[in-house]
Amino acid sequence: MNSKEEDIKKIKKFSVEVKKNILNMAFVAGASSSHFGGALSIVEIISFLFSHKMKIKKDDPNWADRDRFILSKGHACLAYYAALSEIGYISKAELNTFEKDNSNLLGHSVINRKLGIDFSNGSLGMGLSLGIGVSIALKKKNKNNSVYVVLGDGECNEGSVWEAAMAAPNFNLKNLYAIIDNNNFQQTGSNKEIMNTSELKEKWSSFGWDTVELDGHDLSQIYEYFSNNESSKPKAIIARTIKGKGFSFSENNNEWHHAVLSKSLYEKAMKEIV
Amino acid sequence: MIINDRNIKVWSTIGSRATFGLAALELAKSVENLMVLTCDVSTSAGLDRYRKAYPDKYLDLGIAEQNMIGVAAGLASEGYKVVTTTFAPFQTIRCCEQIKVNIGYMKQKICMVGIASGLALGTLGFTHCCIEDVGVLRSIPGIKIISPADSFETIKALEAAIKSGDSIYIRLTGSSNNPIVYNKDYSFEIGKSIKLKEGKDVTIFAAGACVHSSLEAAKKLEENNISCGVINMHTIKPVDFEAINEVCNFSKLIVSIEEHNVIGGLGSAIAEHKAKLKNSPQLLTIGVDDNYIQAGSYNFLKEKYGLTANKIISNIVQNLNS
Repeated sequence: MNSKEEDIKKIKKFSVEVKKNILNMAFVAGASSSHFGGALSIVEIISFLFSHKMKIKKDDPNWADRDRFILSKGHACLAYYAALSEIGYISKAELNTFEKDNSNLLGHSVINRKLGIDFSNGSLGMGLSLGIGVSIALKKKNKNNSVYVVLGDGECNEGSVWEAAMAAPNFNLKNLYAIIDNNNFQQTGSNKEIMNTSELKEKWSSFGWDTVELDGHDLSQIYEYFSNNESSKPKAIIARTIKGKGFSFSENNNEWHHAVLSKSLYEKAMKEIV
Repeated sequence: MIINDRNIKVWSTIGSRATFGLAALELAKSVENLMVLTCDVSTSAGLDRYRKAYPDKYLDLGIAEQNMIGVAAGLASEGYKVVTTTFAPFQTIRCCEQIKVNIGYMKQKICMVGIASGLALGTLGFTHCCIEDVGVLRSIPGIKIISPADSFETIKALEAAIKSGDSIYIRLTGSSNNPIVYNKDYSFEIGKSIKLKEGKDVTIFAAGACVHSSLEAAKKLEENNISCGVINMHTIKPVDFEAINEVCNFSKLIVSIEEHNVIGGLGSAIAEHKAKLKNSPQLLTIGVDDNYIQAGSYNFLKEKYGLTANKIISNIVQNLNS
């Protein structure tokens, strides 16, 4: 087995645990329900970043030389918390407090440097601007850390995304990555039905980003892309994904944008994890 | 900055926003990690010299205020002392939710400077006047609001804001030839109002450029045998509760005067506190009467909204006689 295959095997293993954590949290959320579909569409992306790509210290979430991660589509926090738990920043017991009274783990991530959460998110269209600020700061300090911002394709409806998209190339932020989770759905329907977000690659390219389109669930493709990109521009990754990926009842089923995971579906889903 | 008669006159002549630019230039000398962010308004904010002198401490985000606040928060999160500035409506209301989330909710520390607030840009219409900024920002937890009385106090406010490390909105009012309230050095403390004139019958709480017209009105009221005190309430949030408590003990009438809607601004802040006090005197709120009127010059609008010294006098006299 070569090193890429070994790495992918590890990332895959991590992603399986992330999915289990997601199911557990979605289940404990009970009737308050959770943003299930949009979390599952970024499992491979977030697993790749947190288990392999990002420079982080397992014993110090606040390490000054860490790479930075911003979940601009803050409602996908199930995947974020799940990954933070796998690297040891959030205990399994704390995951069970998801959306409970006085919890650190609300339905949109809230800044908590001890848990590895650098920013609060939830209001769409704000994360990329934060990423630009962080990226400029790191550049000023001559640090070559990367800044990864995960956005939704529905989120790209927000005008502020495009303010940020226009700004980033001006500042030559080669370490800034905008990963767009292109699952083709938003809250109440498909992108096509609600607000057409087609040709995202062309849109981001025309704003001056080094842009690629890839399969957001294919760890090999993701791995290859991040291993071989020396562009001096900020980078936009249009990740083609499936909302609700991984479970027969939720894949491409927008009813799982925000839904209650019953005991029977929880048990069914646990059996479907591969 | 060197404080002397000549400089105080220069600052008054160039107005508060150009003075802000000078103050930023001075601050950059000593604040290593200062970053000043604008949205294509460097000239209007008096930052032309600054941007040339300190290109590494300056960022122009183009005409995109929502992005500016996010970028500012990202920089603040990495330890920079960030000042953002543009015209007051765009500095506050245009990017209000970014302010709420990044500065309020997330507690990233940023100093925002709203230039040409109030009615100074009357000839450009109410898109450019700003009579809502205090009301909007006052409702967001964690942001202090300062409205300097003159150009000199603008320098004091910016220095204090950067030193404090808190999130602060500095609201600049007045235009060029901004009347002088302070002609010599004095002590400025965020949250601590300054009594400029004693008076036993009436007490005026004023903020921003209205402080000068309030002083003028108070002096003329003495000629009518009405003893009128004036307090510079430069900090609107947190408002100086002790100063309100004190004057409520003896004043027959309390007056708030501001270049802002009477809803949500200084008058509201005073009323909210005063309502908790037993047997407090009547409060007269002078400001924009919750109405966008046919606009015009700064002086024209001040006259229309009753913010000139003569209009303030007649309003107070009428209230005392009613």
